[in-house]
Amino acid sequence: MSRSMTGAKMVIEALRDQGVDTVFGYPGGAVLPIYDEIFQQNDITHVLVRHEQGAVHMAEGYARSTGKPGVVLVTSGPGATNAVTGLTDALLDSIPLVVISGQVPTFLIGTDGFQEADTVGITRPCTKHNWLVKDTAQLSQTIHKAFHVATSGRPGPVLIDIPKDVQFAEADYVGPKQVEPGAYQPARKGDLQAITRLVELMERAERPIFYTGGGVINSGTAASQLLRELADATGFPVTSTLMGLGAYPASGKNWIGMLGMHGLYEANLAMHGCDLMINLGARFDDRITGRVADFSPGSVKAHIDIDPSSINKVIHVDIPIVGDVGHVLEDMLKVWKSRGRKVNSAALSKWWEKIEGWRSKNCLAYRNSDKIIKPQHALERLEALTKGRDRYITTEVGQHQMWAAQYLHFDQPNRWMTSGGLGTMGYGLPASIGVQMAHPEALVINVAGDASWLMNMQEMSTAVQFRLPVKQFILNNERLGMVRQWQQLLHGERYSQSWSDSLPDFVKLAEAFGCAGAVVRDPADLDAAIQAMLDYDGPYILDVLVEKHENVFPMIPSGRPHDEMLLGDAETSGAIQSGGAVLV
Amino acid sequence: MNALKIQKGASSHSAYDLRDPNAQVEESHTLAVLVENEPGVLARVIGLFSGRGYNIDSLTVAEVDHTGHRSRITVVTRGTPAVIEQIKAQLGRIVPVHEVHDLTVEGPSVERELGLFKVAGKGEKRVEALRIAEIFRANVVDSTLESFVFEMTGTPAKLDAFAELMQPLGLADIARTGVAALARGL
Repeated sequence: MSRSMTGAKMVIEALRDQGVDTVFGYPGGAVLPIYDEIFQQNDITHVLVRHEQGAVHMAEGYARSTGKPGVVLVTSGPGATNAVTGLTDALLDSIPLVVISGQVPTFLIGTDGFQEADTVGITRPCTKHNWLVKDTAQLSQTIHKAFHVATSGRPGPVLIDIPKDVQFAEADYVGPKQVEPGAYQPARKGDLQAITRLVELMERAERPIFYTGGGVINSGTAASQLLRELADATGFPVTSTLMGLGAYPASGKNWIGMLGMHGLYEANLAMHGCDLMINLGARFDDRITGRVADFSPGSVKAHIDIDPSSINKVIHVDIPIVGDVGHVLEDMLKVWKSRGRKVNSAALSKWWEKIEGWRSKNCLAYRNSDKIIKPQHALERLEALTKGRDRYITTEVGQHQMWAAQYLHFDQPNRWMTSGGLGTMGYGLPASIGVQMAHPEALVINVAGDASWLMNMQEMSTAVQFRLPVKQFILNNERLGMVRQWQQLLHGERYSQSWSDSLPDFVKLAEAFGCAGAVVRDPADLDAAIQAMLDYDGPYILDVLVEKHENVFPMIPSGRPHDEMLLGDAETSGAIQSGGAVLV
Repeated sequence: MNALKIQKGASSHSAYDLRDPNAQVEESHTLAVLVENEPGVLARVIGLFSGRGYNIDSLTVAEVDHTGHRSRITVVTRGTPAVIEQIKAQLGRIVPVHEVHDLTVEGPSVERELGLFKVAGKGEKRVEALRIAEIFRANVVDSTLESFVFEMTGTPAKLDAFAELMQPLGLADIARTGVAALARGL
């Protein structure tokens, strides 16, 4: 049965058929017909944002906390260009998004019309794929195809640009089941021969390690379960990238902490000294590898990734396996069990002894104070006071982000939303709103820095409008802390433009937005302040005034290998050489 | 490492059979990229090369299957073996790209390019240009009393050689199509 309708109605119909319940967006001239359709229905909730960048980060928060694609609706020109940062962020972190943008009518395209921008041209390098739909008859199937592309293989953001006349014109609607699957069908199963080879190595390995990444989370909760089963059964240590936190529980017995530039000492030294590295859905990012030539020099490396282009891009691996992490883990477990569940137990216990030795360095130790709140202490208290609650954490980008990754613990996937690849300041506040939309009853906290938080603070208004009780936990050091840290370490303590002068009064700001807020500066008041934030029924800003010159440790300076970590301020003088200084 | 007895680079069992990953020698490869003929697909392919800093030595594109909406992009690129592998993998993940073939490693192939050469001259030089054109089996496709336009098909090296010989004889302008290539046999 064919149903004729306008393009605008088709958009709503297709979103409904795709199971979309929430759209983050901002209206404008070129999407008015779609907004008219939104007005006339109740199935899809539209969250009115205050800036289109916020809409995309909200959709990212929604997607990362649910595993479902996030949906964004913006107008032409500035609406679309404001979405670019969010699209790039989602591309680098492999987050499934479907962004719909309005465009000037087809007969005005190319005339520099009002609010015209070459949206598909601008977003081509920052989307997984994009489409300009010039014919209403193609619209519904393009939307269905867009959902397929965004969510299959390595997930990512897609964009559909719809000229206004296409929204007004009528054509037959095509449902998702009537759309041909198309040529884009990425492989999911890994090569069984390679998996068997890997299992053989696992049976004999003396110093194995699971190096897990965002791919485990993206693969779905089943992959996290399989990882837990495999790690617990083999007794291999598990480390994770920033993106993969929560896939293996921080309370699990094989957990050795996050690795990388600000990762744990034991995790980085285990990576450096292992003899079998099993990379599950991570991509050897430069924050992880340090100096590539000295990266884990003595190990055989296996890499499981759904994206063939991730393999051998940075680090040459011995056993590449292209496939979905969940499927490959399932096969690994099956093969390993069928071969008699063997591991090199004697060597493994020696390996754990070594790891425990590194762990006893207690690399996250810091000098606490009873006069001023240390940011690490603030996060330890936040962790303690939220323990056992179904808690979702988002972050902005910088020092607070690294401290949150170090001092907060995640026992479940999809509970940790942070901008990893692109490092987008201003991500956390809108992301927390997206998470809260998806989980209205949950505790959602954005761990922020003062500078990052200001970048998208207008979205506090969105939180208030939709009565979303997001908690803004601002570690306020009146600095661009990470920039300041780098200037201290490698630019001769010349702190160029890295302080936040004229900061607003965050409590008054909260009041101005119509929510609640408080400031805390005395360590003795910290617990009560956090508890008040948690107990408040509504959005809340807690301004935590912390030590201004605290640095994030441990740290692998740019251009150094894993075994040359800095553990504290005493070691920092001359730590970064000129070769490392050109890196970021 | 020793306990596991695996050779570095021994990955012949994988989907990606790599040659020596550490070789730093740049190689020239001819890639055939079969794509859905949809708007912007060429921009996606060349945007990938510029965005990731790869080289394009030659590029040709045309629709080769009108009913199936398929176009064939032939691109000649340069890079170390690791870079060439990365280029192929990156091309492969562009959504409208159906197939990527590395004609340089997949067996023998034929490569041809068409060139148009305008040579201006009088007297002995004009006669000499015509004589060399015959040796190269170039055709005269335009003639005035003071100029010829030669058309020639061949390998890029043959076109280079012809252009070099025509230089002192009054070569005025060149247009080249870039390489089109097909695998030999079935």
